[in-house]
Amino acid sequence: MDSPNPMKKALSLLFLIAGVACLGWSLAMDCAGGGQLYQYRGAVLIIGIIGFFAGLYLFPTMTHHRDIVNVIFLFPLLFTFGVTVIIPLVLGIFYSMTDWTGIRYTQFVGLANYAQMFREVSFLWSLLITVLFVVFNMVLVNLVGFALALLCTSRLKGVGFFRAAYFLPNLIGGIVLGYVWQFVFNNVLVKVTGASLLTKTPSAFAAIIIVYIWQYAGYIMLIYVNGLVTVPGDVLEAAAIDGANAFTTLLRIKIPMIASTITICTFLTLTSAFKQFDVNMALTNGTGSVMDFMGQYLSNGTQMLALNIYNTAISKNSYALGQAKAVLFFIILACVSLVQVRISNSKEVEL
Amino acid sequence: MKTKLKTSTFVTIMVIAIIVALYTLAPFFLVCINVLKNANGIVADPVSLAGASFQQLMTNLSNVVNNSNFSFWYAFGTSALITILSLILLALFGGMAAWVICRNKTVWSNVIYMVFIASMIIPFQVVMLPLISTFRDVGNFVGISMLQSIPGIVFAYCGFGGAMTVFILTGMVKTVPYDLEEAASIDGCSYEGIYFRIIFPLLRPSVVTVTILNGMWIWNDYLLPSLMLGQNGKVKTLPVAVQAFVGSYVKQWDLILTAALLAMIPMIIIFLIAQRQIMSGMVEGAVK
Repeated sequence: MDSPNPMKKALSLLFLIAGVACLGWSLAMDCAGGGQLYQYRGAVLIIGIIGFFAGLYLFPTMTHHRDIVNVIFLFPLLFTFGVTVIIPLVLGIFYSMTDWTGIRYTQFVGLANYAQMFREVSFLWSLLITVLFVVFNMVLVNLVGFALALLCTSRLKGVGFFRAAYFLPNLIGGIVLGYVWQFVFNNVLVKVTGASLLTKTPSAFAAIIIVYIWQYAGYIMLIYVNGLVTVPGDVLEAAAIDGANAFTTLLRIKIPMIASTITICTFLTLTSAFKQFDVNMALTNGTGSVMDFMGQYLSNGTQMLALNIYNTAISKNSYALGQAKAVLFFIILACVSLVQVRISNSKEVEL
Repeated sequence: MKTKLKTSTFVTIMVIAIIVALYTLAPFFLVCINVLKNANGIVADPVSLAGASFQQLMTNLSNVVNNSNFSFWYAFGTSALITILSLILLALFGGMAAWVICRNKTVWSNVIYMVFIASMIIPFQVVMLPLISTFRDVGNFVGISMLQSIPGIVFAYCGFGGAMTVFILTGMVKTVPYDLEEAASIDGCSYEGIYFRIIFPLLRPSVVTVTILNGMWIWNDYLLPSLMLGQNGKVKTLPVAVQAFVGSYVKQWDLILTAALLAMIPMIIIFLIAQRQIMSGMVEGAVK
């Protein structure tokens, strides 16, 4: 590598030329279409890219070797990231302002899609219940998770088992556990509740919350446990000597000392509840009747925002409208994240 | 010495803990007893073991595993292949990118890092529709099938998981002293050799964390594969297969619950093996 030997130089140039030639050839085939080797153009393209980078890597230079390696190391992730996140994001924001059909668009319509979605009563309903769902979850999951964390940090026999048992639901994908719970509600709990909880809209909504707490509380508990064990033992001891009972210790010492953990958990539950899709789809698929909401009868009683976006685009085939809803969804989440960053930063200053 | 708990308090705590554990484990328990019964037995009495038999479990299993709508082994293999490939590539590429970003303090590396961090707030819903159309168009143009193909979905997971992976691994690279790299360089190690021989082995704890976080997400993910592979496409991951299967056997709980059990078992086995790593990995991912 140190001395540029002629063999290596020749090899490098060979790779570079072959790579560029393959790239050019495959691009030519893409544009021209047809031809005998047309079906192999994908393979040619990949060979071209690999050849080009191999040539670049072998290129005998001492001054630029570092830069070349840097580029090669960054390229795979940046390329996949650009193609799967950045390009679709930019396109998506653009498509939300056109009459896009999922395949092509014919005209630019400005903010018409956005105006239309706010006139759609079923969408406003989804927005409303999503906010309700998020608030309920944020409070309940955190309370349950925190209570479980206190339980798991008290002097309990078999803590390891209990922690694992509480965490276990978090491992299972939303689709699978949605169906399992559908079974539980329709066939097991029905014997206690009379009618299945999933038949009426308010109780079905409660059912989704129950399942979500069941799935998520164990995870939040782990994070709280992680925070609680950092509370120094001597502080707790000092409090005990000063005559603080368990409740005062909790309120005056433990909670203030894990404030940053509480922030993390609050926002974690907030964003994940907001994006809730799998359980919603598997448990009720958004059904549920609402007799009268803003003067209309609705059949999407338990349809959260994420599912509403999906159904608008995929089932009803209104891609542009669905995309506009998704952009609104993104804006709300972005605002929430900015607030979170603000709060955690101001906390750090305080400490 | 810590104060000793009163017996009554201790008993109360234990009772509460056991009740909560029963609640969290109940659905698993119900699945386990009901796969031992036939459809009529499940509907008649889902809580008891009446009518349960080992033969019935075998019948249920063979009904589900050999079902052409589910094809368990095929879906399991696809899911496993996608997850493993994505995890390997993410760890490798993520580590490489994190190292380059961390060790080159230029404007560009800062910009790239900031874009990665900022992109973590982008919800999948806002990119999913254009993603599918982009993949379809690009795939048709260059002649590489990106939808309905395993490489395409692995590519997408590398893109979506990249930001979080780089974020966590950059934190780890920062803790590796630079002297180590200088020493290696003086001893004649090439620039790329430094990464593969020195840095990557030292990143192991964080790579484990990242692999657990990404693994749980990719294995259980439904939306991305269902959109990219299609509901009734040839290639199916396990969650997509479960969804398609349930769609075609509404209310046939013997089949549905057996399918659910099969879908849960791999994850539970892995959890039993690597319980501690998984729990601490999930916490670390959240706290950072």
